[in-house]
Amino acid sequence: MTISEYFELLFTDYTLGTITLGTAVLGAICGMLGSFAVLRKQSLLGDAISHAALPGIAIAFLITGTKDTNILLLGALVSGLIGTFWIRGMTHKTHLKSDTALGLVLSLFFGFGMLLLTFIQKQPNANQAGLDKYLFGQAATLVKSDVVLMIIVTSICLFVLLLFWKEFKILLFDADYTKTLGFNTKFIDILITFFIVLAIVLGLQTVGVVLMSAMLLAPAAAARQWTNKLSVMIFLAAILGAFAGVFGTAISASQNNLSTGPVIVLVAAVFVTFSFVFSPSRGLLFRQIRFLKNRRDLELKKTLQFMYGIAKTHENISHPHAIRILNNFHGFTRKTLQKLEHNGWIKVSNQQWSLTNEGFIEAENLYNQLLEND
Amino acid sequence: MTSPQIEIQLIAVVVAIACAIPGVFLVLRKMALISDAISHSILPGIVIGFFITHDLNSPLLIFLAALTGVITVILVEAIQKTGLVKEDTAIGLVFPVLFSIGVIMIAKNANDVHLDVDAVLLGELAFAPFDRLMMFGADVGPKSLWVMGVILMVIVLLLIMFYKELKVSTFDIGLSSALGFSPVILHYGLMSISSITVVGAFDAVGAILVVAFMIAPAATAYLLTSDLKKMLWLSICFGVISAISGYWLAHLLDASISGSMTTVLGIIFLGTYLFAPNKGYFSVLYRQRQQRIEVSLLAFLLHLNNHTEENERHVNHLNEHINWQKVQSKTVLELAQKNNMILINDDIVSLTEKGEDFTNLAIEYIITNKDDKIEHMKDDFFLFRG
Repeated sequence: MTISEYFELLFTDYTLGTITLGTAVLGAICGMLGSFAVLRKQSLLGDAISHAALPGIAIAFLITGTKDTNILLLGALVSGLIGTFWIRGMTHKTHLKSDTALGLVLSLFFGFGMLLLTFIQKQPNANQAGLDKYLFGQAATLVKSDVVLMIIVTSICLFVLLLFWKEFKILLFDADYTKTLGFNTKFIDILITFFIVLAIVLGLQTVGVVLMSAMLLAPAAAARQWTNKLSVMIFLAAILGAFAGVFGTAISASQNNLSTGPVIVLVAAVFVTFSFVFSPSRGLLFRQIRFLKNRRDLELKKTLQFMYGIAKTHENISHPHAIRILNNFHGFTRKTLQKLEHNGWIKVSNQQWSLTNEGFIEAENLYNQLLEND
Repeated sequence: MTSPQIEIQLIAVVVAIACAIPGVFLVLRKMALISDAISHSILPGIVIGFFITHDLNSPLLIFLAALTGVITVILVEAIQKTGLVKEDTAIGLVFPVLFSIGVIMIAKNANDVHLDVDAVLLGELAFAPFDRLMMFGADVGPKSLWVMGVILMVIVLLLIMFYKELKVSTFDIGLSSALGFSPVILHYGLMSISSITVVGAFDAVGAILVVAFMIAPAATAYLLTSDLKKMLWLSICFGVISAISGYWLAHLLDASISGSMTTVLGIIFLGTYLFAPNKGYFSVLYRQRQQRIEVSLLAFLLHLNNHTEENERHVNHLNEHINWQKVQSKTVLELAQKNNMILINDDIVSLTEKGEDFTNLAIEYIITNKDDKIEHMKDDFFLFRG
């Protein structure tokens, strides 16, 4: 199947439509909440919590004995939340740093989950097969009810986000100020963390434990490069996440033997790389161009200053001097000379330069910070 | 005990020790999550190595995979240096991408390779004794035991050789560069060692549980001591204890060996986290409560010192004036009385001589804000020792 065939089939084929819608919605909610995770410096929470959800899934299965997605997700949510609050407790109450706390919760919960999973496998319950799909995620197992659940959660999340927009925003950028204004910071904090955990848990089935962190981070990290405004960033991240979901599904469907999760992550990674390089204000490319431009500007001014130093000693400032004497001066090129002439600061005629009046004044005020720079 | 059982435990113990030593330094250098990133991102290196060698224990594969680990660290640092995103975001972006590449490489060549993502991520210690190393036609033991044994020896050797340098650069980067030890070389050395350890251990315990063996013993030890040497010994002990008891737990439950070893690690850590003297959860809670009461007592005494009017010093008035709950006011009053700092006559509180001395010292401390004043005060008036 080629990619164009995929898009033709998208609206007619039921399974493909469901999966695509599912990954798109997942990408959107992850982008939305991932923005908060990135800005709150909780980027790796996604990694830790997705691993920490495993014992919850196993315990939920052990208790109920059914493989109902909603119950398993509830278990994952509970154990993810326990993990989150333990991380918080560790960093607040002991001198262990957040990286150690995250790593501990990640590996210890996951290990316990593995113990439970292998324990379940030995049970005579034939139902247990397929529990490990949560480990690596399989978008192909998405059914309509899963997608409906995702859409419901996304809308609730969007609603809460709009309802507490002001509180979330202010807590994000100035927690101390929020406290002095009398907001219940603990409640807002728990609320946003709860939704981040919820998004992570929702994504487990589709992209799996390991890749969940990229799903959460990549759209947000890409969106961050294009704007300094929170609302725009969240909107952009949601769109990028959704696109990553759709493109990832399209590419993996068009090839054999390509699981959806890794492809979505790679598509998102391409978005991130593109944003890192080509973003107009923060991107590496434009930063380098700006850097070169500034350097040229500085060299131009250095040359002008040097000329000024020579011209100052003469009574007639426009007295011509040989270009030759500039030659051993660092930062001088033929181009700078042309640029200087273009600006009307010097005149060049038969291998000689002379400072104009404007050039003299410009050079005089070069280091005068009181003057408005144009 | 049968001989495979002994061998499995031996491998587990060697892995535990080999992980615990670099783990201590990772935890102290706040780089614990790098080990997680490395453990995932070595996947493409393993896959390429496996294409070439078709042997999970070959030195070339270990070298390639460790190289991918170091590349991960370099990539993370390069992204971080651009200043576009924070360090944790950089880690969170790099390793899933590398891992995805590895997964796709496996999927694309699924027909030619007997390599499973599950196997790489989760490992299976129970199969380790079946992969024997043959030397000169004789069976000399399981391959992974030899691989991990060599890695462990290298780690111990390097630790002994560079102990001083590692110690200085971990706690004081400035001093170590002033002394002429390049922090960069030590940093990348440590990273390479961690990568090699992760790679060597992954097929025994799995990539994710290597992280547990690196971080958990070190973190547990860190809660118990602040001495680097003790911390190293303690984390080795914790690693070994959980390796052996984890094996028997798995035996009992008939479940994953690496999973139960991690569970034992988790139980040990949880116990230490809750009950460790000085740094554990409960002792911190207790200390914070004590400090709160001390501050309350001080505020109370200062209040008394400020007011001579009787109505300001009435017991009932204190409730509303300092805005305390009833219970707290009672504790503070009793404490002050027990320390002979106040006298209560007809519900009117007044400072004793000792209380006045104390208050004056406290005011002096508040004005000068010098630590030696408050230390001195603590010696003079043992608030909680009657």
